[in-house]
Amino acid sequence: MALDKTEYSMSAAEKMSNGAVGRNKNGVRVDRLDGHVHQNGSVKKEKRRPFIESFEKIPLLTAATTFIGFHLILLMGYITSIIFTPKVAREKNRKGYVPLYDRFESFYSRYVYRRLRDCWNIPICSCPGSEVTLKDRVTHDCGWTFEYTGTRSTALNLGSYNYLGFAQAEGSCSEDSAVKIKELGCATASPRIEFGTQKIHQELEALTAKFVGMEDAITFGMGFATNALNLPSIVSKGCLVVSDEKNHASLILGLRLSGATIDVFKHNNMESLRQVLHSAVIKGQPRSHRPWKKILIVVEGVYSMEGSIVRLPEILELKRQYKAYLYVDEAHSIGAIGRNGRGVVDYFGVDPKEVDILMGTYTKSFGSAGGYIAGSKAFIDHMRVNSHANCYATSMSSSCAQQIISSMKIIMGMDGTNEGKKRINQLARNSRYFRRRLNQMGIITIGNNDSPVVPMMVYMHSKIASVVRRLKTNNIAVVGVGFPATPLMEGRIRFCLSAAHTKEQLDNALVHVEEAADFLGLRYSRKRRSKEPVHYSDSESEVE
Amino acid sequence: MVSMDMFHELFESLNALQNAPTYHLLFEAGLIAWLMWLLFRPSYNPHDRERLTRREEQELIDEWTPEPLVPATPQDSRALHPRIVSGKVGKYIQIGERNCLNLGTNNYLGMIENPEIEKSALECLSHYGVGSCGPRGFYGTTEVHLDLEDKLAEYMKCEEAVVYSYGFSTIASAIPAYAKRSDVIFVDEMVNFAIQKGLDASRSQINYFKHNDMEDLERLLMEQADLDRKNPKKAKRTRRFLVAEGIYMNTGLMAPLPKLLELREKYKLRFFLDEAISFGTIGKTGHGLTEHFNIDPSEIDMISGSLENSIGSIGGFCVGSHFIIEHQRLSGLGYCFSASAPPLLMAAAITALDIMQRDPSIFQTLRDNSTFIHSQLSSQLPSDLRVHGHPESVIKHIRLANPSGDKVADEQLLNEIVDKCEEAGLALTTAAYLSDREVNLPEPSIRVTVNALLSKNEIEFAVKTLKNCAESVFKIQL
Ligand SMILES: Cc1ncc(COP(=O)(O)O)c(C=O)c1O
Repeated sequence: MALDKTEYSMSAAEKMSNGAVGRNKNGVRVDRLDGHVHQNGSVKKEKRRPFIESFEKIPLLTAATTFIGFHLILLMGYITSIIFTPKVAREKNRKGYVPLYDRFESFYSRYVYRRLRDCWNIPICSCPGSEVTLKDRVTHDCGWTFEYTGTRSTALNLGSYNYLGFAQAEGSCSEDSAVKIKELGCATASPRIEFGTQKIHQELEALTAKFVGMEDAITFGMGFATNALNLPSIVSKGCLVVSDEKNHASLILGLRLSGATIDVFKHNNMESLRQVLHSAVIKGQPRSHRPWKKILIVVEGVYSMEGSIVRLPEILELKRQYKAYLYVDEAHSIGAIGRNGRGVVDYFGVDPKEVDILMGTYTKSFGSAGGYIAGSKAFIDHMRVNSHANCYATSMSSSCAQQIISSMKIIMGMDGTNEGKKRINQLARNSRYFRRRLNQMGIITIGNNDSPVVPMMVYMHSKIASVVRRLKTNNIAVVGVGFPATPLMEGRIRFCLSAAHTKEQLDNALVHVEEAADFLGLRYSRKRRSKEPVHYSDSESEVE
Repeated sequence: MVSMDMFHELFESLNALQNAPTYHLLFEAGLIAWLMWLLFRPSYNPHDRERLTRREEQELIDEWTPEPLVPATPQDSRALHPRIVSGKVGKYIQIGERNCLNLGTNNYLGMIENPEIEKSALECLSHYGVGSCGPRGFYGTTEVHLDLEDKLAEYMKCEEAVVYSYGFSTIASAIPAYAKRSDVIFVDEMVNFAIQKGLDASRSQINYFKHNDMEDLERLLMEQADLDRKNPKKAKRTRRFLVAEGIYMNTGLMAPLPKLLELREKYKLRFFLDEAISFGTIGKTGHGLTEHFNIDPSEIDMISGSLENSIGSIGGFCVGSHFIIEHQRLSGLGYCFSASAPPLLMAAAITALDIMQRDPSIFQTLRDNSTFIHSQLSSQLPSDLRVHGHPESVIKHIRLANPSGDKVADEQLLNEIVDKCEEAGLALTTAAYLSDREVNLPEPSIRVTVNALLSKNEIEFAVKTLKNCAESVFKIQL
């Protein structure tokens, strides 16, 4: 029996990694994930770039100080909360009511988050391109209120999801959008199913289906709602959803609304996924032990807080093995990765049709708004009839639809230029260059080497704010993320790269990041660093 | 210093071990081993014998056949063949070859075709581009968003407003931001689908009261009060909410606001009012239900509204006190975890609000049109049909006077009338519902929407066309 087990796990390990698995001590995992391209039943293997994911552990001392530091902040907040409760935090005319907010929640937002509040919600007064104009503001009361100074400052934008640089106020995309506003108006005041369908919506759906390589697609006015309002039409009670622990709030909401049972597996951990699937099929539903109606695996292409890329080929293998269906949210991967910018399937060179449902948003790479779901014709027909959003929510604005059509055509080269290709390459180059430079400085980054999202670990709560503020004074806009959006000990700064960034801009940013790293002690990494200069090349085969 | 001491101790004990006699060491080792075995021995587990072998497991996996991803879809479903509108979805719409008078979309104030709004959207586009490329927290807040929020708060006479990028997700995110699993929500049974999804997401206990029936609501509240008396400890932690719509999308009726507020006060409920339809249509200057009943908006904890109907843009908003609204900026899921609305749509909304403020006579026209169409429909429709809704409501539901009980057949019949109207140059629609998802599926209806641009002649044309088409369909039926 024992033998049975080891034999099993070994064969599973072999199966799971389609190729060599190398793990070296530095906390870098190098795999060679090969996509299978099924063509007429034959399997063609395509050699890919190595799949490099870093996962360096938090140094013990840092962990301890982070933990203590956080509790110190809580304590400080607690003391201030005893000393004074400002008027703004009180509810009027609701005496004797059960308090509206949970005590810890309101304490946290008033006394902990408040002190760092200046690092978020910074208003902008320009298009979020490679540079962005920030509206300056000051606070005289530790973040309770803000005052606008009336001045503005321009900063390098490392915070927006403008992966392919289509957030532009000029150029053909916005010109085309303007034409459509004049022709079709801003909105329809009707859902798709009633009078909200214009020709442009059908054109967008056909083009999206072609772009992602599926039979058909359906589109909605908001990416968040695409998940939240469509998952309930795909799974229901008696179905099992196997969901990555780092999945986005919209996916979690959609799954919760669906009534299906949800089982979580460790982030991008294939052994964990296998175990969940295995026991789900064998044990069936809890209590009744009836077999599940169906099992749906829900993952994202690129994880926006982790910078990791989903291990798609292995998931496809498991999906086949356990007869599960697969839903991939490509919000941050569509346009952003893959040789042709067509997302994770393109990145791994797998046939898109092997994935059952490809979902994505137009908010990021296309510089617009909205979301899509693509799949087989039969599946999309089902969605058209049953989707909550298709039936009740207003259809997409013509301006957004046109922005997507124009930018997508550029990415596909349908405009007759190689502009799209250039942007895709520029983004890939920027992503790799920036991450490698950070690593060379001894900064811990997590996630995949090819991902345009680069999280820089700072761990400590107070350092998140310090870095954001410091970089802001140096005219660099970045996003800090901390508890509760991340686990307590994993505060980070997130850089989002864009095809609009030039090498000079990135170099300038890196100088200031390095300064901040020295000042705040962010060189946590204990990996050996190479002294060799990092080249900003477009060579695709470079390995660390 | 501490570590030095530790090394010293370790060294000493190692030395002591070396000097001890062998039998002593052996005896102690045996003792330790036995203790270990006691501690870690596998406990007897009756399930062990039931454990499957690898082959049995594989058999189970091979045997399992999942259901298809989705069931087959009937190809004649209306959702698969939506009407395609060319050009703007304005007062008149072009469907195929036909130009129809439009009484089917929520363009109550005719903002969709307003050139001034178009101009401001275009100006904004040329400055900001289309998308915002980030959530509000992460550089997705533009000056335009802030402007609109200020204007909305001022217009609704509240402290603060928060804007969402999608009408549906507004109330659906706002409710679960406050109501949690241990709370109780009292809600009208006919609320729209977005509210229903918000209720689902909150996982609170939901108590539906009969549509606009205040006695039924009070009965439920008294039941709850009884429960609370029995378990005062739990009652101290249970928040109670009341949710209603200003004008109900599904019935066209108006909520009895004064009575709701009375109950709110008596039973200490927090009151959320969804004014998706009543905002910009009801009240002397279009401020909604509070103005209609002459009630101070601060009596209501939160009012939500849509930018997709009277405003003619896309998005939604919530207004209320700073204490209430600010919470959504950290807890409203659709607010925090979604890119902010495209600035140009916010600019369009600002201009629409300006127009509403500048020329309040538009609301008088709208009210006149609504009441006129109501009286016309009431008097002219054949006896098989009946108009439902508040006379001042911009939404009228036309239902069969004697429903057959078969909702599918009834809807088909109404659709035949709608199709006939379209041939005659009048665009109408049956209200679309997901019949297996609604908590309380409304009777099928033709949903007529009124707008301020309609002339008397056009209204008379619409009513006459509807009357004739209905009569011809019913004649075939007989
Ligand atoms: C994985 C994922 N899905 C969906 C969304 C929501 O998309 P949108 O911003 O278009 O609403 C996001 C955005 O942050 C996301 O990261």
